[in-house]
Amino acid sequence: MKRLSVTITVALAGAAALAVPSFVSAQDFAITNATVATGDGSAPIEGGTVVVRGGKVVAAGAGVAVPAGVEVIDGSGKWVTPGIFANYTDLGLFDVQEVSESDDRGSDGSPFNAALDVAPAINPANEHIAISREGGVTRASVTPFNGNSIFAGQGALIDLGADPDAVTKARAFQVVALGEGGAKLAGGSRVAAYVALRNALREAKDVAAMTPGADRKSDAMLTRADAAALAPVIAGTQPLYVEVERAADIRSVLSLKRDFPKLDLVLVGASEGWLVAGEIATAGVPVIAMALNDLPAQFDRIAATQSNVGRMKRAGVKVAIGMLANDNQPRYAPQEAGNLVALNRIPGAAGLSWGEALAAITSVPAEISGMDGRNGHMRAGVLAPGAVGDVVVWDGDPLELSSAPLQVWIDGVKQPLDNHQSRLKERYKDLDRTYLPKAYDW
Amino acid sequence: MKVPPALRPWTGVLALGIALALPTGGALARKKDKEAAVETPYPSTYRPYPGRPTALVGATVYDGRGGRIDNGTVLFENGRLVAVGGPDLAVPDGYIRVDAAGKFVTPGVIDAHSHLGDYPSPSVDALADGNEATSPTTPEVWAEHSVWPQDPGFTRALTNGGVTSLMVLPGSANLMGGRSVTLKNVPSLTVQGMKFPGAPYSLKMACGENPKRVYGSKGQKPSTRMGNFAVDRQTWLDAKKYAKDEERDRDLANETLVGVLDGEILVQNHCYRADEMALVIDMAKEMGYKVAAFHHAVEAYKIGDLLKQNDICAAVWADWYGFKMEAYDAIPENAALLQKEGVCVIIHSDSENGIQRLNQEAAKAQADGRRIGIDIPDAQVVSWFTYNPAKAMGVSDRTGSLESGKMADVVLWNGNPLSVYTRPEKVWIDGALMYDALDPKRRPVSDFELGQPGEGDVK
Repeated sequence: MKRLSVTITVALAGAAALAVPSFVSAQDFAITNATVATGDGSAPIEGGTVVVRGGKVVAAGAGVAVPAGVEVIDGSGKWVTPGIFANYTDLGLFDVQEVSESDDRGSDGSPFNAALDVAPAINPANEHIAISREGGVTRASVTPFNGNSIFAGQGALIDLGADPDAVTKARAFQVVALGEGGAKLAGGSRVAAYVALRNALREAKDVAAMTPGADRKSDAMLTRADAAALAPVIAGTQPLYVEVERAADIRSVLSLKRDFPKLDLVLVGASEGWLVAGEIATAGVPVIAMALNDLPAQFDRIAATQSNVGRMKRAGVKVAIGMLANDNQPRYAPQEAGNLVALNRIPGAAGLSWGEALAAITSVPAEISGMDGRNGHMRAGVLAPGAVGDVVVWDGDPLELSSAPLQVWIDGVKQPLDNHQSRLKERYKDLDRTYLPKAYDW
Repeated sequence: MKVPPALRPWTGVLALGIALALPTGGALARKKDKEAAVETPYPSTYRPYPGRPTALVGATVYDGRGGRIDNGTVLFENGRLVAVGGPDLAVPDGYIRVDAAGKFVTPGVIDAHSHLGDYPSPSVDALADGNEATSPTTPEVWAEHSVWPQDPGFTRALTNGGVTSLMVLPGSANLMGGRSVTLKNVPSLTVQGMKFPGAPYSLKMACGENPKRVYGSKGQKPSTRMGNFAVDRQTWLDAKKYAKDEERDRDLANETLVGVLDGEILVQNHCYRADEMALVIDMAKEMGYKVAAFHHAVEAYKIGDLLKQNDICAAVWADWYGFKMEAYDAIPENAALLQKEGVCVIIHSDSENGIQRLNQEAAKAQADGRRIGIDIPDAQVVSWFTYNPAKAMGVSDRTGSLESGKMADVVLWNGNPLSVYTRPEKVWIDGALMYDALDPKRRPVSDFELGQPGEGDVK
């Protein structure tokens, strides 16, 4: 959230481009005559208008009057959506996956686990953030990867603005791996993982109840920092994201609420969620799922299908397309959402409507991340009055393969869309090296 | 420098017997050793499944070689394409007529870079058979000996991707990873039952980070890029010596390498960086072989002119980025910039997921080109995942395009294949209907999935 923020603008001087920082404020603007998709699950509106003032959406839809004094952008032939909200990413935590020096996602050698907090490590100038921004992604949740514990640590919420101020909420959620992944980390079995989880939550309770300066019980296995970090999980003030895939594992996770009723659970993965969709819906637990994994990649996801998201949605589960980390880049979210629309034409498959598909990469992940406008929280992922001014103008249907963003605003601030890739593209548009090497072409 | 292997004339599936299924025949025939050479080791037992004479009528037809026919008709019978034409093409008596109005027809999708079967699902160590990472050069291993035909990935590639042929390559841990195998994407008990009759073998090679990391981390050679080249060059020199040895015994590694030097085995070279591809091109000239395609080739856009001059295809992803150092300069405009230079462009997968969406990846790459002023017609983009991979695999005389006499490998799409909203509706392989989205039973289920949750589900 910033009214005044630093952004990078490119000043062109002859053939040379010079990057200079400058302060820009949020613009007041209106986009008119566009196809507007608000991200709330509804169908797109032809001839719609979006008005943003003071960094916030003021109005969006048909028949919206343009206030005097705001810049008017003609959206004829264009589509307008809220920015993509990419759930469960690794943005800002690595430059190159296989260059370990550049990679802050996992902390295999650390004595800490639940206490790990990604927020101070996030690099707003990261290339993957810039590339995702060019792809229309304006916000993300960022998760640590598991090191040597079932607890990966605490994730953050970020915006992808080209400014130094990425983190909008640190320690937004805690991450625990159960299922096959957790079993390996806990010592070789799911059995061990559940004991580790229950013990950790018990130690967290103990530490939370201790008077300052008191000694802990002698059988403590967690560091004090880790146990203390789990206190908000026990209290239900920090969501617990549980990585789990198999139907049986999902049931076991849901049953944790019997002993720890305040747990604010979010399922991450849930490839077999469709088999227990009714139970997930009844429990009111949201899901962050991959849209397209349809292979029995492990024994814990034998029943994986691209219809998973659609079937869970039909059963009443709040489900976002996410897990946009590793090779699954955040900018692929619209393609994945579009694929679920395609499923509606395959007999026996369950897809999403177009509006639902867009919502699954905008408002739903925002809501799961707590950016739902309630209880004083920011509202994101939707073009509705009071929501953050994250707006993307596309050159066509945003879920279609041929489309791309033309302009992106975050908090009402127009964003630069250039990056390492776009500069390479400019340099190598032609291969002429007759007079000087390519190194002089910049 | 050896000339590229001449593509053998298409003489029909039934005629593809011993001679055509013997890619190393020339090399072996000259051998003086006393061992009886097995003329066709592990021969293909694939035969086309029964099909019915079929007419696809009223579709937009992309022929795979850049041609487009609106309101087109495609006829096939006895496993072969009979005719491809416009609305004036008559449907002969006895043909099943499929109303394809509003739909699209392309050749079967072809993936020039897959590890299905060698790295199958589930991805457990017990089934991970794609890298013989015990020596930096293993030209003696054959990918087909690792293929698990029950890999459910084959079925997903068929039903979601419209894939009818694919080349399964050894992994890239080694400088010389072994021989590839080209498969028809039909369910089979055996790999022989999938082998593409008469397809030439390829040798998988790799440059760059992988071999030096895998062996360098073990304290072995190579641990550097210069080590990579040194090991490659010495291995080629040894193979040339072997080729001249009148008294030689059979040696599996050298048989593969001599096959390359004789132009009978193609080279598929994993390589990311422009400067390294340029070095590999010179190594090929030094040693007397030819690279058919650079795979991954994320920096190919920097040397499109060089690839064009040397007639080397570039098999690329649309927009993979930044996962390793040598992929840091990947750009989404790679394919379009290469097309502009006239290079043979292939969209490949290297992924059990990506192989289900090669058409979508091509569409993204096309759009990225359009945004920098490179307009590539849809019909040409379709060649990126049909004819061009067939060319790099040495089977473009038999499949990869809709032309009379070729294999009836055909996909009927329920919309434009370059749209995200489109899926294969029907897929024929050699004229046999192997997938029908409208018929729940016309969908293969591997032994592995039988009796397990989700058996026979849409995937």
